[in-house]
Amino acid sequence: MTEAGNVGQSARSQPAPYVVEMRDIYKIYGSGATEVRALDGVSLSIRSGEFVAIMGPSGSGKSTCMNILGCLDVPTSGEYWFRGVEVGGLDRDELALLRRHFMGFVFQSFNLLPRTSALSNVELPLIYEGVRPARRHELAMQALATVGLAERAHATSAQLSGGQQQRVAIARALVTEPPVLLADEPTGNLDTVMAGEIMKELVSIREQKGITILMVTHEPDIARYADRVLFFTDGKLIRDGSPAEVIP
Amino acid sequence: MRALDTLGMSVQAIARNKLRSFLTTLGIIIGVASVVAMVHLGQSATRSVTEQIASIGSNLLFVMPGTAQRGPGGLRTTAENFELADVEAIRNEVDGILVAPALTTSATVVVGNANDTIPVIGTTNEYFTVRNHYLDYGREFEDGELSSGAAVCIIGKTLIEEMFLGQEALGANIRVGRTACRVIGVLEEKGESMGQDRDKTILMPVKAVQRRLVGELDVSAIYVSALADGTTGVVQEQIESLLRQRRTPVNGGVDDFYVRDTQDIAQALESTTNTLTILLGAIAAVSLLVGGIGIMNIMLVSVTERTREIGIRLAIGARARDVLTQFLVESIALSTLGGVIGLVIGVGGTWLVTWQLNMPFVISPTVMAVGFSFSVAIGIIFGYFPARKAAMLNPIDALRHE
Repeated sequence: MTEAGNVGQSARSQPAPYVVEMRDIYKIYGSGATEVRALDGVSLSIRSGEFVAIMGPSGSGKSTCMNILGCLDVPTSGEYWFRGVEVGGLDRDELALLRRHFMGFVFQSFNLLPRTSALSNVELPLIYEGVRPARRHELAMQALATVGLAERAHATSAQLSGGQQQRVAIARALVTEPPVLLADEPTGNLDTVMAGEIMKELVSIREQKGITILMVTHEPDIARYADRVLFFTDGKLIRDGSPAEVIP
Repeated sequence: MRALDTLGMSVQAIARNKLRSFLTTLGIIIGVASVVAMVHLGQSATRSVTEQIASIGSNLLFVMPGTAQRGPGGLRTTAENFELADVEAIRNEVDGILVAPALTTSATVVVGNANDTIPVIGTTNEYFTVRNHYLDYGREFEDGELSSGAAVCIIGKTLIEEMFLGQEALGANIRVGRTACRVIGVLEEKGESMGQDRDKTILMPVKAVQRRLVGELDVSAIYVSALADGTTGVVQEQIESLLRQRRTPVNGGVDDFYVRDTQDIAQALESTTNTLTILLGAIAAVSLLVGGIGIMNIMLVSVTERTREIGIRLAIGARARDVLTQFLVESIALSTLGGVIGLVIGVGGTWLVTWQLNMPFVISPTVMAVGFSFSVAIGIIFGYFPARKAAMLNPIDALRHE
């Protein structure tokens, strides 16, 4: 994968104190009377190793911000620097390679492939990285062991509880050892007990691996696990600080 | 991404939906099977015709009265028959040939209690060589029998089986028309040729048929065999110019006879069967096309159904081309699988039909290769559009898809 190499090279070429840096980001849908400013001049920077919760009411722009942070979408204007690379100048495939090598995703609805074993789900990102089957199996088993699901490797998603499915999803996100983990409402479909377990899992993974975690949530209890909270309203970042400062 | 992994993913996706995958390939299976079977059967029919013509006798020319041209009112065959003198003239003036006259009629034949209407050919001993149909046992006509028109006959195998019921026929007396006739020989078994049972026949001296059965002193056809290969053209020209002198042309210059080469007949029949083969193959190809559209249909449904899966793959880091390749490989795998099964069924069907109809079983690697390549091509052509649709999905929309 030479393309991956190129993107990776430039990503590492500058020593970046910030993993993520947004400068005056706008995301505008439609035009004229129907214009919607999903992000309205957002600037933020996140250091490597931070655990950041992004909060806000529905339609505040927190999901749009997450999509841009996760390189799933590009801003209408403004600069987004990810590990020293300006993402706005990249095409679809280059964005895909950034996601492949530097990001892991965890979603609210788990998003495991149906009728596929936990192991195959975790192996999926490695397949796109071109890792050989034997090594793939080994890495996937390690990742499943990290989330405590090694014995359930051959269960399909239908045979796993919600909490277990989300842990498989976390294993899948981490199997390529990305520096950044993006979680979009990771506990949204779980009860409070399981939600707590998943959050403890994320906290412990961050401590072990020192990765950066960006998490969207609307629940203050969940946001308190983070060490920094960004609060969005009407497409603007209105509060930025520790959970105690931001969450009333 | 490794090629083998792409293939693995596609095979997994196909295996996850076995029934649907089977129904998708069914169109291709039927299409390839029918193309392969139709074209093979056509070739088999051509081969069968060629073999039959070879069994009639090679280097054989049929000289018939009438005009070979088709005009208003169809083929005109009102010309007068030949005379034995014409046969003699050909025999004397054209070199390197064997000539046999033939006066064909049919007569009611009675053997014991059995009776049947049998084609009777009045001819000479040259007939055996010229028509490539020899005696099994018994003897040929004697010169005296030929010149006097004696009531002797040589019979085909069908008569032995159906009328003599396997009893000794040699020396027996049978009734041919109103003539009592002694059996002096039996022809070897020849089987069916161009729709005629060549074993259901009786040969008699030409003069016997003229006087005793038909009551006319003429000959309805002349069979000529060129002794050397490749001389039929020259022989044909010589016969034509000879007969033109001897016979009065009809309608100002049009010959009232024609000379046919077995090669001509073979070619005519071959071109007919070839046309039929192309026609049947074309009809079968339409079904292959329909099968391809079936694949596209199912793949489009599959892309919609798996939108979320595509979204997950894109989020994880699959590029557009990875998704395109995956879906394209999936449709190619489906159509190739269908192609292989279709080939097996097509060849099996061909074998069954040729075995049932007693035709030669012909297998053409070209036809198989073309059928197979078509199935692969259809997978590519009809799989590309759905695969492109999948690859062009926006990851955010795809992930939100319910």
